[in-house]
This record gives sequence, structure tokens and C-alpha cells, in this order.
Amino acid sequence: MATVATRRATRANRRLVWGSPAVYFVALLLIGAMLAPVVYIILGGFRTNAQITTDPAGWPNPWKVGNYLGVLRDGVFWREVLNSAVVAVCTTAGVVTLGLMTSFILARYRFRGRGAMYALFAAGLMFPLTVAITPLYILVRTIGLMNTLPGVILPQIGFGISMTIIILVPFLRAIPDEIQEAASIDGCSRLGFFWRMVLPLSMPGVITVAILSFIASWNSYLLPLFILNRESTFTLPLGVQAFASQHSVDTAKVLAFTSLSMIPALVFFSLFQRRIVGGLAGAVKG
Amino acid sequence: MPDSNQQSAQLAHDPPVGLTTAGGGALVASSPTGRRSRKGIGWPARLEITLLTGPTLLVYLFFVILPVAVAAYYGFFSWQGYGPPEDFVGLRNYLLIFQDGTFLDALWHNAAIVVLSLVVQGPVAVLLALLLNRKMRGQTLIRVFAFIPYVISEVVVGTGWSLMLQGDGAVNSLLKHVGLGWLRSDWLADPGLAIWTLMAILTWKYIGFAVILFLAGLQGIPDELTEAAAIDGASYWQIQRRITLPLLGPTIRIWAFLSMIGALQLFDLVYIIWGQYIASTAGTSTMATYMVANGRNAGEYGYGNAVAVVLFLISLVAALVYQRFVLRRDTEGAITGGVG
Repeated sequence: MATVATRRATRANRRLVWGSPAVYFVALLLIGAMLAPVVYIILGGFRTNAQITTDPAGWPNPWKVGNYLGVLRDGVFWREVLNSAVVAVCTTAGVVTLGLMTSFILARYRFRGRGAMYALFAAGLMFPLTVAITPLYILVRTIGLMNTLPGVILPQIGFGISMTIIILVPFLRAIPDEIQEAASIDGCSRLGFFWRMVLPLSMPGVITVAILSFIASWNSYLLPLFILNRESTFTLPLGVQAFASQHSVDTAKVLAFTSLSMIPALVFFSLFQRRIVGGLAGAVKG
Repeated sequence: MPDSNQQSAQLAHDPPVGLTTAGGGALVASSPTGRRSRKGIGWPARLEITLLTGPTLLVYLFFVILPVAVAAYYGFFSWQGYGPPEDFVGLRNYLLIFQDGTFLDALWHNAAIVVLSLVVQGPVAVLLALLLNRKMRGQTLIRVFAFIPYVISEVVVGTGWSLMLQGDGAVNSLLKHVGLGWLRSDWLADPGLAIWTLMAILTWKYIGFAVILFLAGLQGIPDELTEAAAIDGASYWQIQRRITLPLLGPTIRIWAFLSMIGALQLFDLVYIIWGQYIASTAGTSTMATYMVANGRNAGEYGYGNAVAVVLFLISLVAALVYQRFVLRRDTEGAITGGVG
């Protein structure tokens, strides 16, 4: 019995063990189901409309790069990429900066109303943007930000703060008091402690939050749909939809446009996927 | 930024004094025995609290809380969105909502989506997570691939799927190729079928999130427990049923909460694939698509806001009931006031 346990333990501790064929079979099925539609979109961009019409589920034969080149040469595509990038970067910067400052206070200061403030922010998690979209649209229109990127960025920051605080507060609370005491003995102020200790130590949480808000912003549809009506301000999701309705007969080109528009989020995600899983684990436990 | 020497002096030995901040929160005169009794005292701390939470509160209150409050006000008016609302109609908007068969259909669709999401995605995701929770070659790759549909935007997913599911699209053509031609159908427009198509797309898109969440939860379960049970002669499935699943409970319940709220607010995919008109004839309309179609798109902002309030209240009641009866036992209000 003891040997069984030891063997199990060593087996569990060692990485890179081949699983059973059944597990790989299930995994393969899962991956196939997950990737098939994505592969279809990407491959479809390499075909011609004639190919798609005669055999919608076929392989590119011959491969055509014209659709992709056409989209890449199109100024509209790059303008929408730029708009999406500006919105995503500003939203992420705003969410991380504001969220980190507030989480620091909520995690490490004691004051009356702290619980209420946390509850106020956490309540936002229950009510995504959908509920507030109509009055939000009127609000943005009233303050004159219609058809501007800040009109999308500012509300997105507001709606991103809840998730940020929920994820970051446990990270900041986990920093031991002893470190703060040692820092204060060494003459470090609370804000100095924030810059020198809290910021570096909470990096994993910050990166998780940054990735999640970047991807959410890159993909967001409802808010830009309401706020951005002028084509020069379109972000990629709106662009994809506009392109799809303008070129509804040119399926191959729509597929090429669609696959190019998902590349940034995919690259961003695959670079940082470990952090997302780690950060979610922390948030679930915390 | 305040002088740092002065601050550290405050940090070290200021007597506790109860003071009120400009932001409205009074600093706690914390008990001398309290663990953090030396923190959060004095005006520098008050200043820091105000400076570091002020901007966030401002953005949050203005762009999140205010619109919800304003919606409640506009909901009592018949208002086309220009000038101040003047035509006060009391509760008429709300009466109209609940007399409109289209809204009740949408409400019913939302309820079906909530239930189906939970009973379809939950068990499948748990099984997948259990299967994949082994330290084996290719683990990282499998996780990345499972998460990809979640990362892709709703617009891309919607555009891709609607092209594939068209009458002469790839799905029907594939069915014919593999000899299942009799299964070919009008996946998007057939009212008896469309909601199931929607469920399949939703499952495809969001199950990766559930699997990743459950895998994260499974990693928190100590190996010792399952090893001890294995030594006592428990079979693999006994271990999963008696040890792993109960310990995964909190994660499952949080996922179910997120899934429920997400399903109640569902908008993007339906609006992109079906559009506002076909969604109601195909039987996939949701409260959110109803809100957009009959509010902003119809130019009836008062009515649209009333629908938003109804959607808000339904979500709130669902969230509170769920918190009260399901989440309470493991998180003790993690979502409502869990600091401390």
C-alpha cells in the first residue's frame, strides 16, 4: 500500500506524463469541436466565392490569398484596427490604474464605510452594461461624446472596475503586514510602500486584469453600436458587421475580414494564457 | 503628494481619532488591540483614501450607477429622446411591457436559456475538467484551444456561424457529405429549431470559460485527500463523487451565478445572427434584444428605459435569491460586502 501511494505521489509530482488514450481522445474531440468553426472561417478566406458556392464545406482548391491581401490593402480595415487599439489600450490603462488605487485602499486601509464601498463596487458585477445601455447612451449624448472614442472608453472603464476590484483586493490583502511594518520602520510612507512593494508584488493580478479588460474591450459590441454611428469612428466589431452587410454576396471576402479581425485578441490571449488561468484561480479561491 | 516623513510618523504612533472624510466615510477609531490599529488614522490617511478612491468612485457613480438610476426616472415617461421628458405616463410603460406578447416570449426564451445553459454546460464542463485535470503532455495546449471560442468576439462568432448555418451553408453541406442528408434543416429560421441552434452556439462559445474555471478550482483541491481515499480503496468515480465534486462546489456555484446573469442579459449573439426582426419570429429574442428593438431603434426611449428597469429588477431578484439560498453557505457574501 505504501509503495502504491509513493508511486502515485511521484507520478503526480512529475510533469510531462502521457495520459491514457481515452483522455486524449476526449481532448481531441473537444479541440476539434472548438476549432472547426474557427478553421472554417480562416480557410474560407483562402477560397473564392465560386468554390464556396459549389462546396460550402470544402478545402481551398486552389488557395487564393487575394481576399486577405484585399482587406490588408484596405485603409478602412487599418483605421478600424487603430480605433479598436486606442479604445482597448485606454480602457485597459484606465481600469488598471483606477482599480489598483482603489483596491489598495480597500485592501489595506481601515475606515468606516469600507465594507459599503466594496459592496457598491462588487454590485456592479451583477449588472453588465446591457441594463444601462439606453440611459448610458443618453448620458454620453448629453455630455457631447457621441461618435468619439472617449464616449466608449469612459463607460467601459466604469463597467470594468468591478471585476478589477474583485480580482485585485485578494491579491493586495495577501501581502503580509510584516512587509508593510518593515517598510515603515525603514522610513517608507504608505504611498511609498504602494509604489515600491505593492505594485511589484501584485503584478500577476494586474496582468490578469489587464488581459481580461483588453480582450473585453477589443470584442465589445453593444456600447460602440450605440455610441459610434459615424463610420470613421467604427471599431473592429462594428466594422466586421458593416463589412458583412456591405459585401453580403462576397462571402469569401467577409470571411477574410473576419479572420483578420480576430488575430489580435488570439495573439494577445495565447501570449498570456497562463496568467489568465492563474489569475482566475486566485479570484475563485479568494 | 504629502510629506512622507510626517506620514510614517503618523503611521507609527498616532492616537486613534474618529474623523470624517470629505468623501463621506468616517475613519474608524479602531480598537487598540486591533491588528491594524495603527493604520487608517489621521489626515494623511484620509487624504490618501480620498485621492485614491475619489476618481474611481466618480467614474463608477457617473457611468454605472447614474444611468441605472436615470433609467428608472425616464421609465415613467413617454419620451422620444429629445428635450426634457415631459409626458409623464406613470406606470403605463410597465403595463404595456407585460401586456406585450413579444416581451413575454422574450422573457420565456431567456428563462429557457438560463435553465438550458445550467443543465447542459454545467455537467459537460465538470466532466471535461475532471478528464483534463491530470498532469499530462499537451495539457497547456488543450486548455488554450478550449478557451479560444471564449476569446473570439461575439461579432466574429456570430458572422461565422450564421454563414455556416445558412440553408446552403457548410453545416448542411457537411451533413450531406457524410450521408446524413436527411438531417439538413433550416437551423436559423425554423422556430422549433432556432433556440436549440442558439443553445449550441452558446455552449460552444462559453463552455471553455466554465472548463477553465473548474480546472482552476480543481487545482485548489489537495492531492492528499484523493490519495488517502485511493489508499482506503475508493474507486476513481467514488473519489470524484465523494471528494472532488463537493470540494468543487463553491466554484460550480459561482460559475452558475455568472452563467445565469449572463444568460439573462444575452444580447450580442442573438442580435448579430438573427437581427431584431427575425429573432422574434425564429423564437430566439431576448429581453435585451426586445429592449433595443422597441426602445432605441423605435425611437421610444421612455419605453426602452422601462424595459431596462424590468431587466434590471429581474436580474437583481435572481441574483439576490441565488445569493440568499445558494451562494451564502460558501462565500458568506463575497459579492455583497466581503472585505474583512
